[in-house]
Amino acid sequence: MAEQAFSPIETTPADPSGLRSVAADFSSDRTAFRNVSWGKAMMWIFLLSDTFVFSSFLIAYMTARMSTTVPWPNASEVFALTIGGVTLPLILIAIMTFVLISSSGTMAMAVNFAYRRDRRKTAALMLLTALLGATFVGMQAFEWTKLIHEGVRPWGNPWGAAQFGSTFFMITGFHGTHVTFGVIFLLIVARKVWRGDFDQERRGFFTSRKGSYEAVEIMGLYWHFVDLVWVFIFAFFYLW
Amino acid sequence: MAQAASHPQGQQHPIRLYLVVWTWLFILSACSYLVDYYQIEGILRYALILLFMMLKAGLIIAVFMHMAWERLSLVYAILVPMSAILVFVAIMALESDYTLLSRLTFFAPEL
Repeated sequence: MAEQAFSPIETTPADPSGLRSVAADFSSDRTAFRNVSWGKAMMWIFLLSDTFVFSSFLIAYMTARMSTTVPWPNASEVFALTIGGVTLPLILIAIMTFVLISSSGTMAMAVNFAYRRDRRKTAALMLLTALLGATFVGMQAFEWTKLIHEGVRPWGNPWGAAQFGSTFFMITGFHGTHVTFGVIFLLIVARKVWRGDFDQERRGFFTSRKGSYEAVEIMGLYWHFVDLVWVFIFAFFYLW
Repeated sequence: MAQAASHPQGQQHPIRLYLVVWTWLFILSACSYLVDYYQIEGILRYALILLFMMLKAGLIIAVFMHMAWERLSLVYAILVPMSAILVFVAIMALESDYTLLSRLTFFAPEL
């Protein structure tokens, strides 16, 4: 299976480039995504579908916000925190953004060390990524608690348009769920790396396929996607 | 399968590249936070938010997700369908404009 996926591609000087290469790939009567393994292609296609899910949420939010006659609550004030007597706008969200970007950075390094077949560094960096992800979810739980205490509900809030609560819980809740599942998968893959599954090509518990370090990159794709979604949520929900 | 190990497999890039991108993501995030901190208003605010957002998203997709080095057929298969989202945004923006207009016309509170 793996041999087939990674079989060297015969590249002749006549190989087309640009749009012609796309046409050639799709009309080749063989695997359309040449030298891309099925696992990676499937993860990308899953991420594309997930993009549509999050886009639908953000578009629903845009529609609610654009069509309401009631003023929208000012996110800058709603998410402000007073730390040591100084009120900082949006500070918790900013910290969450930096935590998630850092976790993306450590994940990218983990992928890099995975392809160098450095078992220990890969596992350590993945655990660090999971830790940062868990920190993010923890801060989100704090934020939810604070807002619920202040009276934000899916059907109303003290500051303005009722849809603020429903879109907030929907969008950040769905994103937080993605982060949570990401942390769980990170721990599972990190355990496999640590145990040396990908060096011994131990067969997977569920798929019975030989393990390979590419699993770390596929895991990384998911994790970076979660970070990517946050970039859009941060821009449209918190800053706009 | 032993040949798979010797085979140049997957994405190999210097660590430095990731650190540089990481730093840029930090700088861009700080910039978008400062847009709110200094309460920049109007067109400039929206333009800056969108600019920093697009730059961050581009860096993450291109470098962290290795899209820049993927085969063009995969890149197109993933990125081209996303243009449907922009069409959806345009449709719903028009629709919500219309909804707002009807609400203001028919449900405006008596003054």
